[in-house]
Amino acid sequence: MNKFMNYITDEKNFKIVVPMIAVFSAFLVGTIIMLVTGENPLEAFKAILRAITGMNLDKIGTDKFFNSRMFGEFITTMLPITLTGLSVAFAFRTGLFNIGAEGQLMMGAMAATVVSILVKAPVFIHLPLVILASILAGALWGLIPGYLKAKFNMHEVVVTIMLNYTALYTSNLVLKALPGSDSVKTVKSQVTGTLRSEFLSDLTNGSRLHWGFVLVIIAVFAFWYIIEKTTFGYELRAVGFNKEGARYAGMKVNLNIMYSMAIAGAFAGLAGAMISVGTFDYGRVIAASEGYGFDGIAVALLGGNTAIGTIFGGALFGGLKASQPLMQSNGVPLEIAKIISSLMVLFVAMKFGIQEILKRQRLLAAKKEAK
Amino acid sequence: MFTIDTLFSMLSLTLIYATPILIASLGGLLSERSGVVNIALEGLMMIGGFAGATATVLLQDVFPVAVTPWVGVFIGMFFGALISVIHAYVSINLKADQVISGTAINLLAGGLTIYFAQIIFNQQRTETFRNGFVKTNIPFLREIPILGPIFFTNIYYTVFIGLALVVAVWYVVYKTPFGMRLRATGENPQAVASMGVSVLKMRYYGVILSGAFAGMAGAIMVLTQDTQYTGVSIHGTGFIALAALIFGKWNPWGVLGASTFFAFSQVFAIYANNFEWAQSFPLEVFKALPYVLTIIALIIFSNKSVGPKAAGEIYDVGKR
Repeated sequence: MNKFMNYITDEKNFKIVVPMIAVFSAFLVGTIIMLVTGENPLEAFKAILRAITGMNLDKIGTDKFFNSRMFGEFITTMLPITLTGLSVAFAFRTGLFNIGAEGQLMMGAMAATVVSILVKAPVFIHLPLVILASILAGALWGLIPGYLKAKFNMHEVVVTIMLNYTALYTSNLVLKALPGSDSVKTVKSQVTGTLRSEFLSDLTNGSRLHWGFVLVIIAVFAFWYIIEKTTFGYELRAVGFNKEGARYAGMKVNLNIMYSMAIAGAFAGLAGAMISVGTFDYGRVIAASEGYGFDGIAVALLGGNTAIGTIFGGALFGGLKASQPLMQSNGVPLEIAKIISSLMVLFVAMKFGIQEILKRQRLLAAKKEAK
Repeated sequence: MFTIDTLFSMLSLTLIYATPILIASLGGLLSERSGVVNIALEGLMMIGGFAGATATVLLQDVFPVAVTPWVGVFIGMFFGALISVIHAYVSINLKADQVISGTAINLLAGGLTIYFAQIIFNQQRTETFRNGFVKTNIPFLREIPILGPIFFTNIYYTVFIGLALVVAVWYVVYKTPFGMRLRATGENPQAVASMGVSVLKMRYYGVILSGAFAGMAGAIMVLTQDTQYTGVSIHGTGFIALAALIFGKWNPWGVLGASTFFAFSQVFAIYANNFEWAQSFPLEVFKALPYVLTIIALIIFSNKSVGPKAAGEIYDVGKR
C-alpha cells in the first residue's frame, strides 16, 4: 500500500484527514454544480485565491498582480468568523449546540456601538469599556438559553434560534434610537472608542484591517487555556462527555451549562465588536442576519472544536466570505461560496461515514497484501 | 378604529398565516415520530418556496390561471421531498448528528435557492409571478354568522388543506398500523426491529414525508403571502414550526393550536397600528413579538419533555 493511502486510512490521523476530505469533497461538489449550471469554476477559484493572498492571476507580470489590501480585508473578514467559531466550539465542548452565536454577536455589536458613541473618555478607558460592553452583552444573551436549559430543560437549539430573531429586532430598535441615527445606520463612533487604525490600514494599501486581531489572538489563547488547562474546563468537558456521569461525580452540571453558554456568548459578543467598532466605525441597522453564527458552526465543526482548528476553519471561511464580491465581478454568482461552505458542514456531519469508508479501505488493502 | 369586522379579518388572516407553520410542523411531527429530528424544516421550506415560485413564473403561460399555483405547490412538495433525502441519508445511514445535518441543509438551501435564482432569472430573487393564489369568498357558507366571516370570507383554499392535513396526520399516526410503527420507531427502535419492521425504512418515510410537507408549506407561504421568492421569504417560519411542534407536544391537534397561536402573534404585529395603545411602541417590538412569545410559551408549556424518546438518537442495532 502506498504511503499516501496508508496515512489517510490510519485512524490516528482521522482528526486531520476527515476535515480535509470534507473540505475537498465540498469544493468538488461545488465545482460540479458550477459545471452543470454553466458557470466557470476557474473564475471562482481565482476569486478565492485572490481574496486570500491578494494575488490576481489575470494580472501576472503587471504591477496590479499583488494587492495587499485584499489580504488586509481577508484578515478583517476572518476575525468575527473565528470568534463565532470559538463560541460554537466552546458550547460544543459542554455538549451544547449554540445556534445563537448570531444573536449574541448582534447584541455585542449593539453594546459596543452604544458605548462607543455615548461615552466620552480617553482612549485607554474608552476602548476597554467598549470591548467589555460587547463581551458582557454577548455573555448575557448566551446566559438566557443556558439558564432556560438548566432550569427548565428547554432545548438550547430552539431557544437560541428564537433569540437570534429577537436580537435582530432589539439591536435595530436600540441603534435607531441613538441620537443622530437614520433608518440604516448610526452616527460615527468617537475615535477613542474604535479599533480602527490608520497605521494598519496604510500598511495594507487602505484595507479596513484593525487592532481587533490582537483581541482574537488573546481569545484563541483564552479558549485553549480554559478548556485544556483549568479544572473548570475539565468539568465542562466532562459534562459534554457524559452529563449523568459528571452529575454523579459531584459536578454542578446545571451551573456548568449556564457558565458554558455565557462564555460562548462572550466570544460571540466580542465578534460583534470586531464588526461594529472594527470593520465599520458606525452601527448598522440590518434587515436580516448576516450568517456569522452559521459560519461559526461550520468553523467549529471543521476545527474539531479546538482552538488551533478554529483558526484554520476561520481562515477558510473568512477566505470564502471575502471572495464573494470578487466572484460576482468574475461573473460567478457569489452564492456558490455559501453552497461550498454549507457542503463542508454536510460532509463534516458525515464524518462517521467517511471514517468507515477509510477503515474499509484499510481492511481491503490489508487483505490484498496478505494474499 | 377597532371594530368587530377588524377582528374577523384578523382571525381569517391568522388562519392564512397559520397554514404554512401548521403544515411544516406536521411534517416535523412525522419525522420526529420516526426518531429523526428535522431542524431542516426552514431550509426545506425555502426549497419548496423557491421551486413553487419558479414553477409558477415559468408555467404561468402554460397552465390556466387557477391551476398554476397548485402546480407550483406540487413542484415545491417534490423538491422539498427530494432535498430531504440528503438529510435522511446523512443522518440515518451515515449516523450523523441530526441537528448538524439539518443545519447543513438549512445553509445549503439558503445558498442553492439564490444561486439558482441567479442562473434562471439573473437576479437575487425569482421574477414576480402573476398568478399566485387568490383569496375567495365561499358562497352560502360565508353567510353563517361568526364562522362565515372568519373561515369563508377572503380566504385561500390552502387553509382547508392545512386543516385537512391535521385530521389526516392524526388518523394516520394514531389509527393505522403504519402510524403505530412510526411512533414505535421514534420511541423504541430496537423493539420495532425485533418485530421484523425495518427501522431504516420507517425513518426514511418519516423524513421524506416531512420534506414533502415542508416543501408544500414553503410553496403555499410564498404563493399566498408574497409575489416572488426572495432570500427572506421564509424568515424563520420553519423554526417557528419546530417550536410549534414542541409547544404542541408532538400531537397534531396541539400543533394546530400552537400554529394558530404563533400566527395570531404575527397578525397582531400587522394590525398593531389599529390599536391606540399599541401605536406608541416602535415597529420592532411587534416584529420581535412572535419569537419572544415562542420562548415564553415554551417556558410555560414544556416543563416535561414529552417528545419521542429516541428522536435525535442514532439507531444502534446492538442496543437493547
